[in-house]
Amino acid sequence: MNRAEIVLETRNLSMHFGGVRAVDRVDFSLSENELRCLIGPNGAGKSTFFKCLTGQLRPTAGEVLIRDVDVTGREPHQIGALGVGIKTQVPNVFEGLTTEENIWISARRWHRSSRARTLTAETIERLQLGDVRSEPVGRLAHGQRQWVELGMVVAAEPWLVLLDEPAAGMTHEETVRTAELIREINRTAALIVVEHDMQFIRMISRRVTLFHEGGILMEDTMEAISADARARQVYLGHRA
Amino acid sequence: MRLSRDFRGTLIVAFCGLAFTLVAPEVLEFFTIITLSQVIGLAILALSLALVWGFGGILCFGQTAFFGLGAYAYAVTATNIGGSTGAILMAILVAAAFAAILGYFIFYGRVSDVYLAIITLTVALILYSLTRRTSGPEYKIGNALLGGFNGTAAPPLNLPGDAGTVLFPEDTFYVAMIVLILAYVFCCWLVRTHFGRVCIAIRENETRAELLAYDIRLYKLGIFTIGAALAGLGGVFFCVGVSRVTPDVFSLSQAAVAIIWVIVGGRGTLIGPILATFALHYLTASLGSQALLNANLVLGIVLIVFVLLVPKGVVPSIIDLADIRRQRRVARSRERRLRLRRTRNGSESAGVAE
Repeated sequence: MNRAEIVLETRNLSMHFGGVRAVDRVDFSLSENELRCLIGPNGAGKSTFFKCLTGQLRPTAGEVLIRDVDVTGREPHQIGALGVGIKTQVPNVFEGLTTEENIWISARRWHRSSRARTLTAETIERLQLGDVRSEPVGRLAHGQRQWVELGMVVAAEPWLVLLDEPAAGMTHEETVRTAELIREINRTAALIVVEHDMQFIRMISRRVTLFHEGGILMEDTMEAISADARARQVYLGHRA
Repeated sequence: MRLSRDFRGTLIVAFCGLAFTLVAPEVLEFFTIITLSQVIGLAILALSLALVWGFGGILCFGQTAFFGLGAYAYAVTATNIGGSTGAILMAILVAAAFAAILGYFIFYGRVSDVYLAIITLTVALILYSLTRRTSGPEYKIGNALLGGFNGTAAPPLNLPGDAGTVLFPEDTFYVAMIVLILAYVFCCWLVRTHFGRVCIAIRENETRAELLAYDIRLYKLGIFTIGAALAGLGGVFFCVGVSRVTPDVFSLSQAAVAIIWVIVGGRGTLIGPILATFALHYLTASLGSQALLNANLVLGIVLIVFVLLVPKGVVPSIIDLADIRRQRRVARSRERRLRLRRTRNGSESAGVAE
């Protein structure tokens, strides 16, 4: 891989909780315009790894580099300020505010008032949230709340997007639309998607990183991973 | 559309306030007008807490610390320089600077909500016992004796630049009301700005605001400091109304009633806590003239009733009711239209059948 193309890299990244090595000496890299899925059984360390990338956890050891800038231990807002869009596993939305206000807050962070308003309208259109534009997000269905959060990520026009279980709790139809949206985001941004849903991963992924016991077990296409004996044993074996 | 509705509401409230300002001295007794200046000071305190707690989501139990500091700063400065204009600025400045320093440690130290309430209350109580111990001639700042639990005299307001022309109580009332109205309009404007909306967003979800690249510590510190500056301004009118400032401004009961005003008036509105201050002050004042019921007991009962029965507070509940009625009206007119169309279609089809 060409070094200049790497947008996100971890070197020797470790996160220990007491004696538990949730993430252990992980070397990882993501190149420009890539769409990478992180998979692994429960407790494999993918969410902890994700939180180290977003600044929600301060790693015990190692480094996180975004476009060759060392961001290890920075606050989430400093990571966001680099142009990184983040969606967490538990939906984090502004419950009492309307869909429109939620997305406007994100757009306004980067643009002047008039541009923010058009960008908000465009994002609502793009995510087909027009019907619930003026509804408080707290009253929306789960799938729609997930989209409002995705809308906030999109409205910031990020060049690097980190999503933790974007399709969790969605119906099949909603999952298909989310996959479409993710491919669309991928036209202008590199993505890391942490996911459980294998069907969903097959819809979007080219390259998959398999986590196991705090480390990377293998990195390959979904087909190759499905065919691999080790991978079946740690993960797919439970389901097949 | 919503913006204009909010703006109209602000204007209507401001005009009502102005009308009250003009009419009150004509109809109310002179003594009531003097008391009102002091209540207006308390109303500005309630407004500041409505901003910090209701919109910023910061439960500052010791908002009175800034209120009292403002009052003391005004009294001491006015006594020393012999004019009120600079002293008012000093009051705002002292309250804001103190809040900025305290807030820096609270917000950048990531102190959580409950501890913030306790810390701010403790600060108010520390100021209470400190000021109570300042009796004796050695405790003075310039010419101003702090006076322990008797407090210190607060000079009246004067015309700007002319310390000799002291304002009459009625004029003080006018000034206080106009300041209250301006402070209210300022707060209404502030919560509609980008800064204000981000503060509301932080109240709703801190993590999300952070992930959207907003430095929440800075925003919280900002609204906390602005709130403290307002509280300091409220302290000025309070002590001018009483002509004194005593350590009681920092007392536990004073801190508690400020919270009660906001709960009764309604968190998330600015006018609610202001109205609640006037109403509850009137209530306790009229109870004070009889011996049957203890005023604090009644205040406690009011609080319990509100927390249990009207948890959102008066103003938000009224707004909710109005919304429900409007929705019902819209639904009813839609139904009527549908029925009309159906009967018309019915008669047409009847005509065809013939």
